[in-house]
Amino acid sequence: MSEERIIELLIGPQHPSSGHMRLVAEVDGDVVVRLKPNIGYVHRTVEKLAETKKYIQIIPLVERPSLADTANHNLGYVLALEKLLGVEAPPRAQYLRTILAEMNRIHSHFYGIGIHGIMLGSSTVFMWGFADREIMIEMAQWLTGARLTYSYIIPGGVRRDLPQGFEDEMEKALRYLERRLEDYDRIFIRNPVTRARLEGVGVLKKEDAIRLGIVGPNLRASGVPYDVRKVQPYCAYPELEFDVVVREEGDSMARLLVRIGEIKQSMRIIRQALKQIPDGPILSENYLKMIPPKWKEFMETKRRVKFPAIMANLRPPKGEAFSRVEAARGELIYYVVSDGSVTPYRFRMVTPSFRNVVLFEHLIRECRVADIPAIYGSLDYFPPEADR
Amino acid sequence: MDSRSEAGLESIIEKISQSLRELSTEIGTKDEIVTVQVEPDNLLEVAKKLKEIGFDHVKSVTAIDLPEQKELEVVYHISSLGNLDLAKVIVVLKARVPSEEPHLPSLIEIWPSSKYLEREEYEMLGIVFEGHPELERLLLPDDYEGPPPLRKEFEVKTEGIQA
Repeated sequence: MSEERIIELLIGPQHPSSGHMRLVAEVDGDVVVRLKPNIGYVHRTVEKLAETKKYIQIIPLVERPSLADTANHNLGYVLALEKLLGVEAPPRAQYLRTILAEMNRIHSHFYGIGIHGIMLGSSTVFMWGFADREIMIEMAQWLTGARLTYSYIIPGGVRRDLPQGFEDEMEKALRYLERRLEDYDRIFIRNPVTRARLEGVGVLKKEDAIRLGIVGPNLRASGVPYDVRKVQPYCAYPELEFDVVVREEGDSMARLLVRIGEIKQSMRIIRQALKQIPDGPILSENYLKMIPPKWKEFMETKRRVKFPAIMANLRPPKGEAFSRVEAARGELIYYVVSDGSVTPYRFRMVTPSFRNVVLFEHLIRECRVADIPAIYGSLDYFPPEADR
Repeated sequence: MDSRSEAGLESIIEKISQSLRELSTEIGTKDEIVTVQVEPDNLLEVAKKLKEIGFDHVKSVTAIDLPEQKELEVVYHISSLGNLDLAKVIVVLKARVPSEEPHLPSLIEIWPSSKYLEREEYEMLGIVFEGHPELERLLLPDDYEGPPPLRKEFEVKTEGIQA
Protein backbone atom coordinates (compact mmCIF):
# COMPACT_ATOMS: atom_id res chain seq x y z
CA MET A 1 0.00 0.00 0.00
CA SER A 2 1.75 3.15 -1.17
CA GLU A 3 1.43 6.48 0.66
CA GLU A 4 -0.26 8.12 -2.35
CA ARG A 5 -3.30 5.92 -2.00
CA ILE A 6 -4.17 7.40 1.35
CA ILE A 7 -6.21 10.59 1.24
CA GLU A 8 -7.26 12.90 4.01
CA LEU A 9 -11.01 13.25 4.44
CA LEU A 10 -12.33 16.14 6.51
CA ILE A 11 -15.70 15.47 8.09
CA GLY A 12 -17.30 18.51 9.67
CA PRO A 13 -17.19 20.83 11.54
CA GLN A 14 -20.79 21.16 10.35
CA HIS A 15 -22.79 17.99 10.77
CA PRO A 16 -26.32 17.05 9.91
CA SER A 17 -26.76 15.46 13.33
CA SER A 18 -24.56 16.34 16.31
CA GLY A 19 -22.96 19.64 17.30
CA HIS A 20 -19.79 21.10 15.85
CA MET A 21 -16.60 19.10 15.73
CA ARG A 22 -14.36 17.88 12.96
CA LEU A 23 -13.10 14.42 12.24
CA VAL A 24 -9.89 14.19 10.23
CA ALA A 25 -9.89 10.75 8.63
CA GLU A 26 -7.14 9.18 6.56
CA VAL A 27 -8.81 6.80 4.15
CA ASP A 28 -7.65 4.18 1.73
CA GLY A 29 -10.62 3.64 -0.56
CA ASP A 30 -13.44 3.41 1.93
CA VAL A 31 -11.31 1.99 4.73
CA VAL A 32 -10.39 4.37 7.55
CA VAL A 33 -6.69 3.97 8.29
CA ARG A 34 -6.46 6.60 11.00
CA LEU A 35 -8.76 9.22 12.46
CA LYS A 36 -8.18 12.21 14.70
CA PRO A 37 -10.86 14.28 16.41
CA ASN A 38 -10.43 18.03 15.97
CA ILE A 39 -12.42 19.70 18.71
CA GLY A 40 -12.81 23.15 20.25
CA TYR A 41 -15.34 24.66 17.80
CA VAL A 42 -17.78 25.31 20.63
CA HIS A 43 -15.30 26.13 23.39
CA ARG A 44 -16.69 28.95 25.55
CA THR A 45 -14.12 29.33 28.33
CA VAL A 46 -16.34 28.10 31.15
CA GLU A 47 -13.38 27.65 33.52
CA LYS A 48 -12.02 31.15 32.96
CA LEU A 49 -15.44 32.80 33.14
CA ALA A 50 -16.19 30.96 36.39
CA GLU A 51 -13.11 32.59 37.91
CA THR A 52 -14.66 36.02 37.27
CA LYS A 53 -18.17 35.25 38.55
CA LYS A 54 -19.68 34.98 42.00
CA TYR A 55 -20.39 31.49 43.26
CA ILE A 56 -24.15 31.64 42.70
CA GLN A 57 -23.68 32.99 39.15
CA ILE A 58 -21.68 29.92 38.21
CA ILE A 59 -24.77 27.69 38.43
CA PRO A 60 -26.27 28.88 35.09
CA LEU A 61 -22.78 28.91 33.60
CA VAL A 62 -22.00 25.22 34.23
CA GLU A 63 -25.42 24.20 32.92
CA ARG A 64 -24.80 25.60 29.44
CA PRO A 65 -22.25 23.12 28.10
CA SER A 66 -24.61 20.16 28.32
CA LEU A 67 -28.16 21.20 27.55
CA ALA A 68 -29.62 17.71 27.71
CA ASP A 69 -28.11 17.06 31.14
CA THR A 70 -28.21 20.33 33.05
CA ALA A 71 -29.41 18.93 36.39
CA ASN A 72 -26.36 16.72 36.84
CA HIS A 73 -23.97 19.53 35.92
CA ASN A 74 -25.78 21.83 38.34
CA LEU A 75 -25.70 19.12 41.03
CA GLY A 76 -21.98 18.34 40.75
CA TYR A 77 -21.04 21.99 41.08
CA VAL A 78 -23.33 22.59 44.06
CA LEU A 79 -21.97 19.49 45.84
CA ALA A 80 -18.43 20.89 45.51
CA LEU A 81 -19.59 24.32 46.68
CA GLU A 82 -21.41 22.81 49.68
CA LYS A 83 -18.21 21.03 50.71
CA LEU A 84 -16.40 24.38 50.68
CA LEU A 85 -19.20 26.07 52.62
CA GLY A 86 -19.72 23.21 55.06
CA VAL A 87 -23.45 23.12 54.29
CA GLU A 88 -25.65 20.09 53.67
CA ALA A 89 -29.09 19.96 52.11
CA PRO A 90 -31.98 18.46 54.15
CA PRO A 91 -33.26 14.96 53.21
CA ARG A 92 -36.29 16.14 51.23
CA ALA A 93 -34.06 18.33 49.06
CA GLN A 94 -31.69 15.38 48.53
CA TYR A 95 -34.59 13.32 47.20
CA LEU A 96 -35.77 16.14 44.92
CA ARG A 97 -32.23 16.49 43.53
CA THR A 98 -32.11 12.77 42.84
CA ILE A 99 -35.50 12.80 41.10
CA LEU A 100 -34.51 15.66 38.79
CA ALA A 101 -31.11 14.12 38.07
CA GLU A 102 -32.76 10.85 37.00
CA MET A 103 -35.38 12.66 34.92
CA ASN A 104 -32.50 14.36 33.17
CA ARG A 105 -30.76 11.04 32.60
CA ILE A 106 -33.88 9.67 30.86
CA HIS A 107 -34.12 12.85 28.79
CA SER A 108 -30.43 12.73 27.84
CA HIS A 109 -30.51 9.04 26.89
CA PHE A 110 -33.56 9.53 24.62
CA TYR A 111 -31.72 12.45 23.04
CA GLY A 112 -28.63 10.29 22.52
CA ILE A 113 -30.61 7.40 21.08
CA GLY A 114 -32.39 9.81 18.70
CA ILE A 115 -29.08 11.21 17.44
CA HIS A 116 -27.69 7.70 17.09
CA GLY A 117 -30.80 6.82 15.08
CA ILE A 118 -30.37 9.62 12.53
CA MET A 119 -26.68 8.79 12.18
CA LEU A 120 -27.73 5.30 11.15
CA GLY A 121 -30.29 6.77 8.76
CA SER A 122 -33.33 5.95 10.88
CA SER A 123 -35.27 9.21 10.87
CA THR A 124 -38.09 7.43 12.71
CA VAL A 125 -35.97 6.91 15.80
CA PHE A 126 -34.70 10.48 15.55
CA MET A 127 -38.28 11.79 15.61
CA TRP A 128 -39.27 9.36 18.35
CA GLY A 129 -36.29 10.14 20.56
CA PHE A 130 -36.88 13.85 20.33
CA ALA A 131 -40.61 13.49 20.92
CA ASP A 132 -40.17 11.19 23.91
CA ARG A 133 -37.53 13.33 25.59
CA GLU A 134 -40.24 16.00 25.60
CA ILE A 135 -42.15 14.02 28.25
CA MET A 136 -39.36 14.52 30.79
CA ILE A 137 -38.84 18.13 29.68
CA GLU A 138 -42.50 18.86 30.39
CA MET A 139 -42.34 17.18 33.79
CA ALA A 140 -39.14 19.05 34.66
CA GLN A 141 -40.74 22.31 33.57
CA TRP A 142 -43.61 21.66 35.94
CA LEU A 143 -41.21 21.03 38.80
CA THR A 144 -38.61 23.74 38.11
CA GLY A 145 -40.24 26.31 35.81
CA ALA A 146 -37.73 25.81 32.98
CA ARG A 147 -37.51 23.36 30.09
CA LEU A 148 -33.76 22.79 29.96
CA THR A 149 -31.70 25.11 32.15
CA TYR A 150 -33.30 24.51 35.51
CA SER A 151 -30.82 26.13 37.96
CA TYR A 152 -32.94 24.15 40.40
CA ILE A 153 -30.23 22.96 42.76
CA ILE A 154 -28.85 25.70 45.01
CA PRO A 155 -26.39 25.60 47.92
CA GLY A 156 -28.21 24.02 50.85
CA GLY A 157 -31.26 22.79 48.96
CA VAL A 158 -33.48 23.17 45.92
CA ARG A 159 -35.60 26.06 44.63
CA ARG A 160 -39.06 24.49 44.61
CA ASP A 161 -41.01 21.72 46.25
CA LEU A 162 -43.03 19.08 44.36
CA PRO A 163 -46.18 20.51 42.73
CA GLN A 164 -49.57 19.04 43.76
CA GLY A 165 -50.32 15.86 41.84
CA PHE A 166 -46.78 15.44 40.51
CA GLU A 167 -46.54 11.81 41.58
CA ASP A 168 -49.66 10.73 39.64
CA GLU A 169 -48.62 12.57 36.48
CA MET A 170 -45.15 11.07 36.74
CA GLU A 171 -46.62 7.57 36.98
CA LYS A 172 -48.60 8.24 33.79
CA ALA A 173 -45.48 9.58 32.08
CA LEU A 174 -43.39 6.58 33.11
CA ARG A 175 -46.05 4.11 31.93
CA TYR A 176 -46.20 5.87 28.59
CA LEU A 177 -42.40 5.73 28.22
CA GLU A 178 -42.38 2.04 29.16
CA ARG A 179 -44.83 1.34 26.34
CA ARG A 180 -42.67 3.43 24.03
CA LEU A 181 -39.56 1.43 24.92
CA GLU A 182 -41.36 -1.67 23.64
CA ASP A 183 -41.89 0.16 20.33
CA TYR A 184 -38.20 1.07 20.18
CA ASP A 185 -37.37 -2.55 20.80
CA ARG A 186 -39.55 -3.74 17.93
CA ILE A 187 -38.75 -1.04 15.38
CA PHE A 188 -35.13 -0.14 16.13
CA ILE A 189 -33.26 -2.43 18.50
CA ARG A 190 -34.29 -5.81 17.12
CA ASN A 191 -34.27 -4.41 13.60
CA PRO A 192 -31.88 -6.48 11.43
CA VAL A 193 -30.50 -3.29 9.85
CA THR A 194 -29.61 -1.79 13.23
CA ARG A 195 -28.00 -5.02 14.37
CA ALA A 196 -25.98 -5.39 11.17
CA ARG A 197 -24.69 -1.84 11.53
CA LEU A 198 -23.85 -2.05 15.24
CA GLU A 199 -23.02 -5.59 16.32
CA GLY A 200 -19.29 -6.21 16.49
CA VAL A 201 -18.62 -2.67 15.26
CA GLY A 202 -16.30 -0.38 17.27
CA VAL A 203 -15.43 -2.92 19.95
CA LEU A 204 -13.87 -1.38 23.07
CA LYS A 205 -12.04 -3.97 25.15
CA LYS A 206 -12.37 -3.85 28.93
CA GLU A 207 -8.67 -3.22 29.57
CA ASP A 208 -8.57 -0.46 26.95
CA ALA A 209 -11.62 1.21 28.47
CA ILE A 210 -9.86 1.34 31.85
CA ARG A 211 -6.50 2.34 30.38
CA LEU A 212 -8.04 5.26 28.46
CA GLY A 213 -10.10 6.39 31.46
CA ILE A 214 -13.45 6.08 29.67
CA VAL A 215 -16.60 6.94 31.65
CA GLY A 216 -20.33 6.37 31.69
CA PRO A 217 -22.39 3.98 29.56
CA ASN A 218 -19.43 3.62 27.16
CA LEU A 219 -17.36 2.19 30.04
CA ARG A 220 -20.11 -0.03 31.41
CA ALA A 221 -20.82 -1.46 27.94
CA SER A 222 -17.25 -2.84 28.09
CA GLY A 223 -17.85 -4.80 31.27
CA VAL A 224 -16.63 -2.32 33.91
CA PRO A 225 -19.29 -1.80 36.62
CA TYR A 226 -18.04 1.67 37.64
CA ASP A 227 -20.88 4.05 38.53
CA VAL A 228 -20.33 6.98 40.90
CA ARG A 229 -23.85 6.50 42.27
CA LYS A 230 -22.68 3.14 43.68
CA VAL A 231 -18.96 3.75 44.26
CA GLN A 232 -19.43 6.97 46.18
CA PRO A 233 -23.19 7.43 46.68
CA TYR A 234 -24.45 10.99 47.06
CA CYS A 235 -27.87 12.62 47.58
CA ALA A 236 -30.57 9.99 48.10
CA TYR A 237 -28.83 7.18 46.17
CA PRO A 238 -27.69 5.24 49.26
CA GLU A 239 -31.37 4.70 50.16
CA LEU A 240 -32.57 3.68 46.70
CA GLU A 241 -32.38 0.31 45.00
CA PHE A 242 -31.12 0.11 41.45
CA ASP A 243 -28.77 -1.98 39.33
CA VAL A 244 -25.70 -0.85 37.46
CA VAL A 245 -26.35 -1.84 33.84
CA VAL A 246 -23.28 -3.65 32.50
CA ARG A 247 -22.67 -5.51 29.26
CA GLU A 248 -19.61 -7.48 28.23
CA GLU A 249 -19.55 -7.10 24.42
CA GLY A 250 -18.12 -3.56 24.25
CA ASP A 251 -19.49 -2.95 20.74
CA SER A 252 -21.75 -0.15 19.49
CA MET A 253 -24.84 -2.30 20.12
CA ALA A 254 -23.83 -2.86 23.75
CA ARG A 255 -23.50 0.89 24.29
CA LEU A 256 -27.02 1.41 22.91
CA LEU A 257 -28.41 -1.40 25.08
CA VAL A 258 -26.76 -0.02 28.23
CA ARG A 259 -28.52 3.33 27.64
CA ILE A 260 -31.87 1.57 27.19
CA GLY A 261 -31.21 -0.38 30.41
CA GLU A 262 -30.31 2.79 32.27
CA ILE A 263 -33.55 4.47 31.23
CA LYS A 264 -35.41 1.58 32.90
CA GLN A 265 -33.27 1.86 36.05
CA SER A 266 -33.85 5.61 36.21
CA MET A 267 -37.60 4.97 36.06
CA ARG A 268 -37.21 2.55 38.97
CA ILE A 269 -35.28 5.16 40.95
CA ILE A 270 -37.86 7.90 40.29
CA ARG A 271 -40.77 5.66 41.38
CA GLN A 272 -39.01 4.70 44.62
CA ALA A 273 -37.88 8.23 45.36
CA LEU A 274 -41.39 9.65 44.92
CA LYS A 275 -42.74 6.97 47.25
CA GLN A 276 -40.07 7.32 49.95
CA ILE A 277 -39.55 11.09 49.87
CA PRO A 278 -39.58 12.39 53.47
CA ASP A 279 -41.43 15.51 54.58
CA GLY A 280 -39.53 18.53 55.75
CA PRO A 281 -37.81 21.68 54.59
CA ILE A 282 -36.15 21.97 51.17
CA LEU A 283 -33.49 24.44 52.31
CA SER A 284 -30.78 23.99 54.91
CA GLU A 285 -31.41 25.42 58.40
CA ASN A 286 -28.22 27.52 57.97
CA TYR A 287 -30.02 29.62 55.36
CA LEU A 288 -33.58 29.14 56.53
CA LYS A 289 -32.91 31.06 59.75
CA MET A 290 -31.80 34.11 57.72
CA ILE A 291 -35.17 34.47 56.01
CA PRO A 292 -37.58 37.03 57.56
CA PRO A 293 -40.92 35.62 58.88
CA LYS A 294 -42.94 37.32 56.14
CA TRP A 295 -41.00 35.50 53.45
CA LYS A 296 -41.11 32.25 55.38
CA GLU A 297 -44.88 32.39 55.08
CA PHE A 298 -44.55 32.96 51.35
CA MET A 299 -42.24 29.96 51.13
CA GLU A 300 -44.73 27.72 52.89
CA THR A 301 -47.79 28.69 50.86
CA LYS A 302 -46.01 28.80 47.49
CA ARG A 303 -43.79 25.78 48.26
CA ARG A 304 -40.74 27.51 46.86
CA VAL A 305 -37.59 29.10 48.22
CA LYS A 306 -36.97 32.80 48.72
CA PHE A 307 -33.23 33.34 48.43
CA PRO A 308 -31.63 34.76 51.56
CA ALA A 309 -29.51 37.84 50.80
CA ILE A 310 -26.29 36.04 51.70
CA MET A 311 -26.59 33.88 48.54
CA ALA A 312 -25.58 36.87 46.38
CA ASN A 313 -22.18 37.10 48.05
CA LEU A 314 -21.19 33.63 49.21
CA ARG A 315 -17.65 33.61 50.60
CA PRO A 316 -16.48 30.06 51.23
CA PRO A 317 -13.46 29.82 53.56
CA LYS A 318 -10.02 29.24 52.05
CA GLY A 319 -9.60 25.70 50.80
CA GLU A 320 -10.40 23.33 47.97
CA ALA A 321 -13.18 20.90 47.19
CA PHE A 322 -13.54 18.00 44.80
CA SER A 323 -16.82 16.45 43.71
CA ARG A 324 -17.85 13.74 41.30
CA VAL A 325 -21.32 12.77 40.12
CA GLU A 326 -22.58 10.27 37.60
CA ALA A 327 -23.98 12.51 34.86
CA ALA A 328 -25.96 10.96 32.00
CA ARG A 329 -22.88 10.59 29.81
CA GLY A 330 -20.57 9.54 32.65
CA GLU A 331 -18.53 10.77 35.55
CA LEU A 332 -18.43 14.56 35.89
CA ILE A 333 -15.74 16.23 37.99
CA TYR A 334 -15.45 19.59 39.67
CA TYR A 335 -12.41 20.89 41.53
CA VAL A 336 -12.90 24.31 43.09
CA VAL A 337 -10.20 26.29 44.90
CA SER A 338 -11.31 29.16 47.11
CA ASP A 339 -9.13 32.00 48.40
CA GLY A 340 -11.88 33.30 50.68
CA SER A 341 -13.25 35.87 48.20
CA VAL A 342 -16.59 35.98 46.35
CA THR A 343 -15.21 34.26 43.23
CA PRO A 344 -13.33 30.97 42.97
CA TYR A 345 -9.57 31.25 42.60
CA ARG A 346 -9.43 28.20 40.36
CA PHE A 347 -12.33 26.37 38.80
CA ARG A 348 -11.84 23.02 37.09
CA MET A 349 -14.56 21.08 35.32
CA VAL A 350 -13.93 17.81 33.48
CA THR A 351 -16.96 16.61 31.57
CA PRO A 352 -17.67 13.02 30.52
CA SER A 353 -17.61 13.85 26.80
CA PHE A 354 -14.11 15.29 27.16
CA ARG A 355 -12.92 12.14 28.89
CA ASN A 356 -14.45 10.06 26.06
CA VAL A 357 -13.08 12.07 23.11
CA VAL A 358 -10.06 9.74 22.90
CA LEU A 359 -12.44 7.00 21.73
CA PHE A 360 -12.70 8.57 18.27
CA GLU A 361 -9.07 7.85 17.48
CA HIS A 362 -9.10 4.55 19.35
CA LEU A 363 -12.28 2.98 17.92
CA ILE A 364 -12.60 4.48 14.44
CA ARG A 365 -9.74 2.83 12.58
CA GLU A 366 -9.46 -0.17 10.34
CA CYS A 367 -13.16 0.10 9.66
CA ARG A 368 -15.33 1.32 6.79
CA VAL A 369 -16.24 4.97 6.29
CA ALA A 370 -19.87 3.90 6.78
CA ASP A 371 -18.96 2.73 10.30
CA ILE A 372 -17.92 6.26 11.33
CA PRO A 373 -21.46 7.49 12.06
CA ALA A 374 -22.45 4.14 13.58
CA ILE A 375 -19.61 4.34 16.12
CA TYR A 376 -19.81 8.12 16.60
CA GLY A 377 -23.52 7.89 17.43
CA SER A 378 -23.00 5.03 19.85
CA LEU A 379 -20.61 7.16 21.95
CA ASP A 380 -23.31 9.76 22.75
CA TYR A 381 -20.57 12.36 22.38
CA PHE A 382 -21.77 15.94 22.81
CA PRO A 383 -19.31 18.56 21.46
CA PRO A 384 -20.37 21.54 23.62
CA GLU A 385 -20.02 19.36 26.72
CA ALA A 386 -16.52 18.29 25.71
CA ASP A 387 -15.33 21.76 24.69
CA ARG A 388 -16.85 23.59 27.68
CA MET B 1 -21.10 3.52 54.81
CA ASP B 2 -20.71 0.41 56.97
CA SER B 3 -17.74 -0.15 59.25
CA ARG B 4 -16.12 -2.80 57.04
CA SER B 5 -15.70 -0.56 54.01
CA GLU B 6 -14.52 2.21 56.33
CA ALA B 7 -11.73 -0.08 57.48
CA GLY B 8 -10.99 -0.93 53.83
CA LEU B 9 -10.61 2.75 53.05
CA GLU B 10 -8.21 3.22 55.95
CA SER B 11 -6.01 0.34 54.92
CA ILE B 12 -5.84 1.64 51.34
CA ILE B 13 -4.82 5.09 52.54
CA GLU B 14 -2.24 3.50 54.86
CA LYS B 15 -0.84 1.54 51.91
CA ILE B 16 -0.51 4.70 49.80
CA SER B 17 1.30 6.65 52.51
CA GLN B 18 3.65 3.74 53.17
CA SER B 19 4.72 3.26 49.59
CA LEU B 20 5.10 7.01 48.94
CA ARG B 21 6.67 8.05 52.23
CA GLU B 22 10.17 8.50 50.87
CA LEU B 23 9.16 10.11 47.60
CA SER B 24 6.76 12.79 48.78
CA THR B 25 7.25 15.90 50.87
CA GLU B 26 3.79 15.84 52.41
CA ILE B 27 0.78 13.51 52.57
CA GLY B 28 -2.59 14.66 53.87
CA THR B 29 -5.92 12.88 54.11
CA LYS B 30 -9.42 14.33 54.24
CA ASP B 31 -12.34 11.90 53.93
CA GLU B 32 -11.63 9.84 50.81
CA ILE B 33 -9.14 12.30 49.34
CA VAL B 34 -5.40 11.70 49.76
CA THR B 35 -3.26 14.69 48.85
CA VAL B 36 0.35 13.94 47.97
CA GLN B 37 2.84 16.77 47.47
CA VAL B 38 5.85 15.75 45.37
CA GLU B 39 8.94 17.31 43.84
CA PRO B 40 8.72 17.45 40.01
CA ASP B 41 11.74 15.15 39.79
CA ASN B 42 9.92 12.45 41.74
CA LEU B 43 6.67 12.69 39.79
CA LEU B 44 7.28 9.75 37.46
CA GLU B 45 8.45 7.53 40.31
CA VAL B 46 5.38 8.35 42.41
CA ALA B 47 3.10 7.74 39.43
CA LYS B 48 4.68 4.31 38.91
CA LYS B 49 4.13 3.37 42.56
CA LEU B 50 0.50 4.45 42.39
CA LYS B 51 0.00 2.43 39.23
CA GLU B 52 1.47 -0.60 41.03
CA ILE B 53 -1.06 -0.21 43.84
CA GLY B 54 -3.81 -0.30 41.20
CA PHE B 55 -4.66 3.32 40.44
CA ASP B 56 -5.34 2.93 36.75
CA HIS B 57 -6.38 6.30 35.34
CA VAL B 58 -6.18 10.08 35.60
CA LYS B 59 -9.47 11.92 36.06
CA SER B 60 -8.18 15.43 35.71
CA VAL B 61 -4.96 17.35 35.15
CA THR B 62 -4.95 21.00 36.00
CA ALA B 63 -2.84 23.71 37.62
CA ILE B 64 -3.24 26.67 39.92
CA ASP B 65 -1.41 29.83 38.92
CA LEU B 66 0.34 31.48 41.89
CA PRO B 67 1.78 34.75 40.47
CA GLU B 68 3.17 35.90 43.84
CA GLN B 69 5.36 32.83 44.23
CA LYS B 70 5.96 32.80 40.44
CA GLU B 71 4.91 29.16 40.50
CA LEU B 72 2.30 26.88 39.04
CA GLU B 73 0.90 24.13 41.22
CA VAL B 74 0.06 21.25 38.90
CA VAL B 75 -2.73 19.04 40.25
CA TYR B 76 -3.53 15.48 39.12
CA HIS B 77 -6.65 13.63 40.26
CA ILE B 78 -6.06 9.91 40.13
CA SER B 79 -8.23 6.92 40.94
CA SER B 80 -9.27 3.48 39.78
CA LEU B 81 -11.98 2.16 37.47
CA GLY B 82 -11.04 -1.51 37.54
CA ASN B 83 -10.83 -1.95 41.32
CA LEU B 84 -14.02 -0.71 42.97
CA ASP B 85 -12.46 -0.54 46.45
CA LEU B 86 -9.65 1.68 45.22
CA ALA B 87 -12.22 3.68 43.24
CA LYS B 88 -13.54 5.09 46.52
CA VAL B 89 -10.20 6.86 47.02
CA ILE B 90 -9.08 9.92 45.05
CA VAL B 91 -5.34 10.59 45.05
CA VAL B 92 -4.49 14.23 44.45
CA LEU B 93 -0.91 14.58 43.23
CA LYS B 94 0.54 18.07 43.45
CA ALA B 95 3.83 19.31 42.05
CA ARG B 96 5.11 22.88 41.90
CA VAL B 97 6.96 24.21 38.87
CA PRO B 98 8.26 27.72 38.10
CA SER B 99 5.72 29.65 36.01
CA GLU B 100 8.44 31.08 33.73
CA GLU B 101 9.38 27.73 32.26
CA PRO B 102 7.04 25.06 33.53
CA HIS B 103 8.30 21.62 32.55
CA LEU B 104 7.06 18.28 33.81
CA PRO B 105 7.41 14.75 32.52
CA SER B 106 4.29 13.53 30.72
CA LEU B 107 2.45 10.71 32.49
CA ILE B 108 1.09 9.35 29.23
CA GLU B 109 3.30 6.22 29.34
CA ILE B 110 1.96 5.30 32.77
CA TRP B 111 -1.59 6.54 32.30
CA PRO B 112 -2.67 6.97 28.64
CA SER B 113 -5.86 8.57 30.00
CA SER B 114 -3.85 11.74 30.65
CA LYS B 115 -3.36 12.37 26.92
CA TYR B 116 -6.08 14.95 26.23
CA LEU B 117 -5.98 16.34 29.76
CA GLU B 118 -2.28 17.23 29.49
CA ARG B 119 -2.82 18.64 26.04
CA GLU B 120 -5.58 20.90 27.34
CA GLU B 121 -3.42 22.19 30.20
CA TYR B 122 -0.53 22.77 27.79
CA GLU B 123 -2.55 25.32 25.86
CA MET B 124 -4.55 26.73 28.78
CA LEU B 125 -1.68 27.15 31.26
CA GLY B 126 1.44 26.80 29.14
CA ILE B 127 2.83 23.75 30.90
CA VAL B 128 5.15 21.64 28.76
CA PHE B 129 4.68 17.92 29.38
CA GLU B 130 7.87 16.34 28.13
CA GLY B 131 7.42 13.17 26.14
CA HIS B 132 3.83 13.93 25.13
CA PRO B 133 3.45 12.95 21.45
CA GLU B 134 0.82 15.56 20.50
CA LEU B 135 1.45 18.73 22.44
CA GLU B 136 -0.65 20.88 20.11
CA ARG B 137 -3.49 23.35 20.29
CA LEU B 138 -6.78 21.67 21.19
CA LEU B 139 -9.67 23.93 22.16
CA LEU B 140 -8.43 27.46 21.35
CA PRO B 141 -8.73 28.96 17.86
CA ASP B 142 -5.69 28.44 15.61
CA ASP B 143 -5.02 32.18 15.39
CA TYR B 144 -5.11 32.82 19.15
CA GLU B 145 -2.24 34.95 20.36
CA GLY B 146 -1.57 35.94 23.93
CA PRO B 147 -0.73 34.39 27.27
CA PRO B 148 -2.17 31.00 28.19
CA PRO B 149 -5.74 32.03 29.05
CA LEU B 150 -6.01 30.32 32.44
CA ARG B 151 -2.98 32.19 33.79
CA LYS B 152 -3.91 35.07 36.09
CA GLU B 153 -2.17 37.56 33.80
CA PHE B 154 -4.94 37.00 31.25
CA GLU B 155 -7.79 39.25 32.26
CA VAL B 156 -11.31 38.83 30.99
CA LYS B 157 -12.51 42.01 29.37
CA THR B 158 -15.97 43.03 30.50
CA GLU B 159 -18.19 45.60 28.86
CA GLY B 160 -18.44 47.83 31.89
CA ILE B 161 -21.26 45.81 33.41
CA GLN B 162 -20.33 44.20 36.69
CA ALA B 163 -22.47 41.14 36.25
